[in-house]
Amino acid sequence: MSVWLAASPVLVPLATALATALAYRHARLQRLLSLAGIVAFFGTALTLVATVQGGETLAVAFGSWPAPFGIEFRIDRLGASLVLITALMGLACLVFHESDADPGNRHPLLLPLVHGVLAGVAGAFATADLFNLYVWFEVMLIAALGVFAIGGRRDQLDASFKYLTLNLLGTLLLLIGVGAIYAATGHLNYGALAEAAAGLPPALTTLLLTVLGLAFLVKAGAFPLFAWLPASYHTLPGPILALFAGLLTKVGAYAVLRVVGDVFAPPPAVLLEALGWIAAATMLVGVLGAAYHWDIRRILAFHIISQIGYILLATALAGEAGNAATLFYTLHHIVVKANLFLIGAIVWRLTGSYDLRRIGGLWQARPWLGVLFAIPALSLVGIPPLSGFWAKYLVLFEAIGQGRIVWTVVALLVSVLTLYSMMKIWLEAFWRPHPDAGWTLPRDARLAPAVAATVGLAAITLWIGTQPEALIAYARAAAATMGGAAP
Amino acid sequence: MNPRLVILDVVARPLYVVVLLASLVVLLRGHNEPGGGFIAGLVAVTASVLWALAHGPAAAEARLPFRSPLILSAVGVALGVVSGLPALLFGDAFLTHLWGAIPLGFTELKVSTVLVFDVGVYLCVWGALAGYALSLLEADLTPADDERPEPRR
Amino acid sequence: MIATIALVVFVTVTVGVYLTLSRDLFRVVLGVAMVGSAANLVLFAAGRLGPTAPAVVPVGQAALADAANPLPQALVLTAIVIGFALVCFALVLMLRLIRDARTDDALALRDAEPVPTDPVKPPATDPAFEPIAGAEPRREAAR
Repeated sequence: MSVWLAASPVLVPLATALATALAYRHARLQRLLSLAGIVAFFGTALTLVATVQGGETLAVAFGSWPAPFGIEFRIDRLGASLVLITALMGLACLVFHESDADPGNRHPLLLPLVHGVLAGVAGAFATADLFNLYVWFEVMLIAALGVFAIGGRRDQLDASFKYLTLNLLGTLLLLIGVGAIYAATGHLNYGALAEAAAGLPPALTTLLLTVLGLAFLVKAGAFPLFAWLPASYHTLPGPILALFAGLLTKVGAYAVLRVVGDVFAPPPAVLLEALGWIAAATMLVGVLGAAYHWDIRRILAFHIISQIGYILLATALAGEAGNAATLFYTLHHIVVKANLFLIGAIVWRLTGSYDLRRIGGLWQARPWLGVLFAIPALSLVGIPPLSGFWAKYLVLFEAIGQGRIVWTVVALLVSVLTLYSMMKIWLEAFWRPHPDAGWTLPRDARLAPAVAATVGLAAITLWIGTQPEALIAYARAAAATMGGAAP
Repeated sequence: MNPRLVILDVVARPLYVVVLLASLVVLLRGHNEPGGGFIAGLVAVTASVLWALAHGPAAAEARLPFRSPLILSAVGVALGVVSGLPALLFGDAFLTHLWGAIPLGFTELKVSTVLVFDVGVYLCVWGALAGYALSLLEADLTPADDERPEPRR
Repeated sequence: MIATIALVVFVTVTVGVYLTLSRDLFRVVLGVAMVGSAANLVLFAAGRLGPTAPAVVPVGQAALADAANPLPQALVLTAIVIGFALVCFALVLMLRLIRDARTDDALALRDAEPVPTDPVKPPATDPAFEPIAGAEPRREAAR
């Protein structure tokens, strides 16, 4: 049974994608199948976390080819928690998609492709094989491209071409890195690689990890390789955008953590130093890019980049504390970021635009929405007692502990600038009166599923904020069994 | 295609069947020799492209199994997944393949779940690539003069 | 032999990157395909070049003495198939994009990120941008 549970992160979304594809001529049936599939995925992911939280790992070797040779899925606490958050995001965004807040063009291929993206993301979190990781990155890329292109508007086609070119070069770099690692060690399995890595000369390890790391940094949207992200994301419909924004870049960040913090831990110090400076630059550039824009989606898209900087900074701090902070920050950030995009889509439905220059007056009309927006927005900034405070506390405490004063100062400065962006959205969209005096709320908005999804995610943010001990303990336990931990 | 090519039209009918039979041969041959689902799928796509050249992409799509490249490839992937399931009965990991032989008296018929998987690959490749090829042909068939890209500066 | 392959990889990546940096969309697709071929070659060479015999254990023997490494072959096959699918997709996408945008110049493709007209204020990404919002939300033209 455990064998099937270990394969479920891929099998369940893949089966849902197939079922929804086969039902593509029946829109209602397709939506029911999609919702049933995501609920089943959430259920299996919960079981997965419950199974591994005691410390055992679930493993399956496909086709009964034993581990160092065949493809293996090995799910530890790190992988299981990320699979769970993937399922949670899928659930929230697909429920949200039932409302009429920016659902986009309901193309019959949309739901199969979204489940394909979920399968790719969950597969990347579950696998214990470097080449298989590349395959899941490609599954993610192909399905995501389909989602971009089926909208059919000219700006979406333009966005998908840029997304395709830059991401494809990233995966090809990953492929070259995987080939080089196989040539150097003769292994692809994480466990076997971890053993073989000890025997490699440090200069060679540095070179191999640089190629691999660059490929992952393209995927994560780190400075200066993030150009594809702000060029494309804002053309997606609201709930899909939230799903992508929450999950896709985080797979790149997870891959960096897995390689640097687990398989090849401890990596050469020069790499961690470089990663730290890249992280600092990513934070700063992302937040400055956001400050320029007036479109809610583009502001938030640049904040993805800036927050990826924090995650990478935590990874660069390495060690058990750094790895635990990375996991905690990633989990918190996925929930908060997706929720901000979802609330942005509600704002679009109520005011008719994403552009802050055209909207306003929501605090008068819908005060609860202002409060709902404030929860993830302030959490993103890192104001206690919300989840972002604990995430930043873990990262910065470790940074100060290691004497990384410059990185700490940059991170604090970026927090202030993040506050500026969030206040800009709040003041322009909520506080200021609507520029058109004759504006009224749309009467026929069907927002119940949207509100349910966003309130649920905000409740998770509040829960992590008020009860952080459980998640911090889980993150520390996950980090304790990773390769970076002291034996 | 404005002028219907009579010869192509006539030849396409028998050739469609012949190419598909050839693809089946390649598919079954792949059990022990070069061949297999992927290459057989590519051969099958040439049949669809041939039909599209003779009768137009819409007609070629209607001639595909299930009349839709999407359904065809989804059925293919589904077959691939299903072929991994019988291992469950024997307590093995997903995708562990099983071989067996059915005695027929004078000879025996070798069957395996690998063949199911290969048929899945065949249908998936046929569906996916026919989808790409037909949409390319479709895009190519409507070149109005004002739709040409403007010359670059 | 390995030096020849290294040289080929070098040339292919160079050509691929050069084409990818071009303004012509079709050359970009060709360039990405070439970099993909180079990556496949790297993967192939990663399994050591040498014996070319297929890795099939003859009946009656327990192990194989001298045969090609089958794992990189499986990896290359997977990578070729994925790369093939992506290049097909890129071609269809490129054709539709050229048709819709009526240009194949990468610099002229600014639909997703419009060029700002004002040095301080960013351009509106909303296609239906007007200075003052209407009362009703913009409806997407479904296609």
